[in-house]
Amino acid sequence: MSKKSGLDRAILGQAVKESFVKLDPRALWRNPVMFVVLILAVITTYFTIRAVGGAGKNFWFDLQIALWLWITVLFANFAEALAEGRGKAQADALRKTRSETVAKKLAGEKTEKISASQLRKGDVVLVEAGDFIPGDGEVIEGIASVDESAVTGESAPVIRESGGDRSSVTGGTRVLSDWIKVQITANPGETFLDRMISLVEGAKRQKTPNEVALTILLIGLTIIFLLAVVTLEPYAIYSGTILSIPVLAALMVCLIPTTIGGLLSAIGIAGMDRLLKRNVLAMSGRAVEVAGDVGVLLLDKTGTITLGNRMATEFVPAPGVSPERLADAAQLSSLADETPEGRSIVILAKEEFNLRERDIAAIGAKFIPFSAHTRMSGVDLQGREIRKGAMDSVARYLQEKGSEMAPEVKAAVEDIAKKGGTPLVVAEGKQALGVIYLKDVVKGGIKERFAQLRRMGIKTVMITGDNPLTAAAIAAEAGVDDFLAEATPEAKLKLIREYQGNGNLVAMTGDGTNDAPALAQSDVGVAMNSGTQAAKEAGNMVDLDSNPTKLIEIVEIGKQLLMTRGALTTFSIANDVAKYFAIIPALFIVTYPQLGVLNIMGLATPQSAILSAVIFNALIIIALVPLALRGIPYRPLGANVILRRNILIYGVGGLIVPFIGIKLIDMILTVLRLS
Amino acid sequence: MSGNELLQLGFYLVVLVLLAIPLGRYMAKVLQGEKTFMDVVMGPLERIIYRACGIDGQQEMTWREYAASLLAFNILGIISLLLLQLAQGLLPLNPQGFGAPRWDLALNTAVSFVTNTNWQAYSGESTMSYLTQMAGLTVHNFVSAATGVAVAAALIRGLTRRQANSIGNFWSDLTRTTLWILLPLSLLGALVLVSQGVIQNFSPYVNVHTLQGANQTLAMGPVASQEAIKELGTNGGGFFNANSAHPFENPTPFTNLFEMLYILLIPVGLTFAFGHMVKDTKQGRVLFAAALVLFVLMLGTVYSSEIAGNPLVSKIGIRGASAMEGKEVRFGVVNSALWAAITTVTSCGAVNAMHDSLTPLGGMIPMLAIMLGECVFGGVGTGLYSLLTFVILTVFIVGLMVGRTPEYLGKKIEGFEMKMAVLAVLIPSASILLGSGLATVIPAGTSSIANPGPHGLSEILYAFSSASGNNGSAFAGINANTLFYNLALALAMFIGRFGVIIPLLAVAGSLAKKKIAPAGAGTFETTGGLFAGLLSGVILIVGALTFFPALALGPIVEQLMMWAGKAF
Repeated sequence: MSKKSGLDRAILGQAVKESFVKLDPRALWRNPVMFVVLILAVITTYFTIRAVGGAGKNFWFDLQIALWLWITVLFANFAEALAEGRGKAQADALRKTRSETVAKKLAGEKTEKISASQLRKGDVVLVEAGDFIPGDGEVIEGIASVDESAVTGESAPVIRESGGDRSSVTGGTRVLSDWIKVQITANPGETFLDRMISLVEGAKRQKTPNEVALTILLIGLTIIFLLAVVTLEPYAIYSGTILSIPVLAALMVCLIPTTIGGLLSAIGIAGMDRLLKRNVLAMSGRAVEVAGDVGVLLLDKTGTITLGNRMATEFVPAPGVSPERLADAAQLSSLADETPEGRSIVILAKEEFNLRERDIAAIGAKFIPFSAHTRMSGVDLQGREIRKGAMDSVARYLQEKGSEMAPEVKAAVEDIAKKGGTPLVVAEGKQALGVIYLKDVVKGGIKERFAQLRRMGIKTVMITGDNPLTAAAIAAEAGVDDFLAEATPEAKLKLIREYQGNGNLVAMTGDGTNDAPALAQSDVGVAMNSGTQAAKEAGNMVDLDSNPTKLIEIVEIGKQLLMTRGALTTFSIANDVAKYFAIIPALFIVTYPQLGVLNIMGLATPQSAILSAVIFNALIIIALVPLALRGIPYRPLGANVILRRNILIYGVGGLIVPFIGIKLIDMILTVLRLS
Repeated sequence: MSGNELLQLGFYLVVLVLLAIPLGRYMAKVLQGEKTFMDVVMGPLERIIYRACGIDGQQEMTWREYAASLLAFNILGIISLLLLQLAQGLLPLNPQGFGAPRWDLALNTAVSFVTNTNWQAYSGESTMSYLTQMAGLTVHNFVSAATGVAVAAALIRGLTRRQANSIGNFWSDLTRTTLWILLPLSLLGALVLVSQGVIQNFSPYVNVHTLQGANQTLAMGPVASQEAIKELGTNGGGFFNANSAHPFENPTPFTNLFEMLYILLIPVGLTFAFGHMVKDTKQGRVLFAAALVLFVLMLGTVYSSEIAGNPLVSKIGIRGASAMEGKEVRFGVVNSALWAAITTVTSCGAVNAMHDSLTPLGGMIPMLAIMLGECVFGGVGTGLYSLLTFVILTVFIVGLMVGRTPEYLGKKIEGFEMKMAVLAVLIPSASILLGSGLATVIPAGTSSIANPGPHGLSEILYAFSSASGNNGSAFAGINANTLFYNLALALAMFIGRFGVIIPLLAVAGSLAKKKIAPAGAGTFETTGGLFAGLLSGVILIVGALTFFPALALGPIVEQLMMWAGKAF
């Protein structure tokens, strides 16, 4: 395993230790397949030791089987411990940040210093610069910059203020400047940080529905093979052979699905871990699994599909005005405008007409900032008076100067509005020079991403507050399958219910309190960490980076998790064919020498055949640990292509690999004279 | 394989499919309560039956109600059939004056016919009166087959209904299957068979002087009416002990072909009916294809093994198809092999050759076919629902690999369905393995076998497979009419029948409650060659993994030893 995957010596060492701790039957009970192996290991050990006094010519052989059965259980435990180890390391880091903080509880006008652990829901605390926020809560007064790196790993401070969608604060984060009053919303032990720690530690891990179903299948297979092996004894007695207990135990362990049984929980933990690495916190494993099944993605336009800010993309000059002149005026008027729109105008002028950015002070210009009164901004420079703004404000400005806007400019403005853009008119003196086309810019590569999703069978729906015309234009450009324009929280909720009514599973992201009902209704609700407490409570995942595009990755991780499970199950079952060909002839070769024909691998002796199968069975678990932790590679292709690939690798591969593996082990055993 | 023989096999399959396709469409209509041309005759009959029994055929049932009605009907059937046999000595239509069979035999027979197994631990012509054969055994030939179809129909409703609580009405399914499907087809069949010389009378047995001057008693009886439903309902319980090897049951090459067609007609037709009922004929065709692949594989193995025959026999100078022991000269190897494959892949169990005398490998295939859960076309109704059980398992194991939680026809396969599907596979397997395991180590079990060594193990394995799989064919060579076998096999038949039906009805109930997710590019496709291959692969691997050790010690080693020059 490479160092990149973050497995340092400490985690490995811890995992080795844990593998032994996990032998505790009370813990192992949760994994029925491995529990059976444990019982068989105990029984085999007992019979091996009991035989010491007796004839005992098989002692070394029996002992080796017993050892390898123990090793099988240890390997499975190791896989689980290793998967948990990464989470544990992260949890420890989190716990360090949660040192005992002192809260300034407000009682009337006075503050009272109490321990954070004494805070209850509804208490109001004052947090000032330098203080740690003592618990999860809602800002009810004030504004402050907060360092949330403890939770998000993001070092840039964020603003938290009362009201709006930036009012939630997380316990354990630190106020850097100013002060806020926070109403506590979670009791100690139930805070976000607490939940996060217990989630990453896997302490609260419950089996997900698909894991439960798979476990049932594995139990079923275990019982079937138990019957096949147990009834082999009477058939053997009938046929005149006595099979020893260790040999039967070996056969049994080889047949029951130990590979997937041993790796199942590791796969689940690793799935949550992969999410965590992408800074997404799933509230339950179930949510990750459901993500794989999602059929519809609801995506907010702003920030997900578009860059979030309108960008200048075109200059439309008035008749008789050269484009260069319009660009020059537009750039001058925007030099001091630090809004993203303003910056984009400066850049567009530079790109299209090679107009250099000028220092506004050096050229003696006077910047006229945007005011609510004029609803324009601009610049006064050497007698030139340049203004830019929406059409009606510029029209009013021209009227005051006794001039009028050319009809062509008006037409251009209407045209841009129709295409879903925002027109800004630029005027100099008495003349309207033309229009700047500000456009919602669709993120690069997003169209390809949606096409990918479509191939995966996932429908994308854009949610926007824009009017239907604008929405349709952007939807077409971005290549989404559908859109919801003029979206209200009610409309969103209704849309989700509709899709769900048709049998679809719906995923969405949201941050505002008004998103909470829709987040709660959706099957996968990803709340932005920057969002409100209500949103975070309602969703079943929190994205610590507050990046709405991540929904797509979440779906991929969910699919990968399910695929890994399916692939290893198929592999595990397919393996059994070879093991039969190793063990059955070995068991009965003495009674029926003709059965030697079935020994198609040409294994050296009956003992080495049985041992090789058992050893292969144990080693394959450890060999597949990296795959279980990493997940099998996911490619956004249609189900049929994926299926064909995986069947070939894990189904057909599962049939062939053990034949080779067992033969190799047999050769090594023969060389080492271990059998 | 000679061209002629290949032609015979091909001809059989083509005719079968040509008949099964329209029948499938018709059966789908019947099971969905749609109008058919038979309504004129059967509609009034149905209403009379409902009125007489006080049944409302429209009343929808939850799976629990459905299962309760089904169980009650079948248990009452067992009790009444048991009483009828015990009382036959006092009842009319008994020209040979047969008394009551022993109680354990009567119980075994009652369970056997009610569960559609038709395991016969007795010889029909020397045990059962005409009344018992007609009013008891033949009636159950009908209703046991109809019960199987009812369960299949309920399961299909579970798959197609959206967020529903009910899965249909058992009484309606039972009555409509009997009246619309089984009755007309067996009437037709009986007439065809009579025309070919199958007997249908109430005469006492006839004594004749043979050409060699010996005296022979010829058993008589109402054979044709029972013969048609015996094949059609995949029951298999012969009027005579020799079953379809007996000239009065199967007199001509045409009746042989006709009876073989009748055995597979409904099971194959139901795969097509499934396609119509789920409104996607491709879904039906893929089930047909998967079963056909397995069927041809098995048929090929039986046939080639029988043609290769026994090297011990060839060695003493007999050439050609040497394995004629236990086969009717009239039918020859190809038709015996074909029949053996047909009768065991379906849960029919009627025989025209003695499976005990097949070559070991040729005898293993019928056994494996039963062990696989009678899902290769299988019995009437039972085949379809057993196949659907494997579909659920396949979808679950393989479907995960496309990165979605598994779903079939838009229905999510979750923990509960998995539990029940696993039970439905596990219960008959457990019954086979544990039953034969017990029989191989207790004297009551081993004293019945006729041949020592691996062949004896095969005989025991076959008996418990046949009973648990509700097949009813016998390997012969084993004396099954003992207290131990009568009771053990009766139990195996009961468990093998209802231990599968009840879990599957539960699956139907649970599926009916679910939403149907629309299919898309990300959905695991359950049509097409890949899925057919996967389905047959899973059936083979699960079956082989479960029974390989037992089979290795029975037929496999026997075949190997035969090659090495030792027979049993």
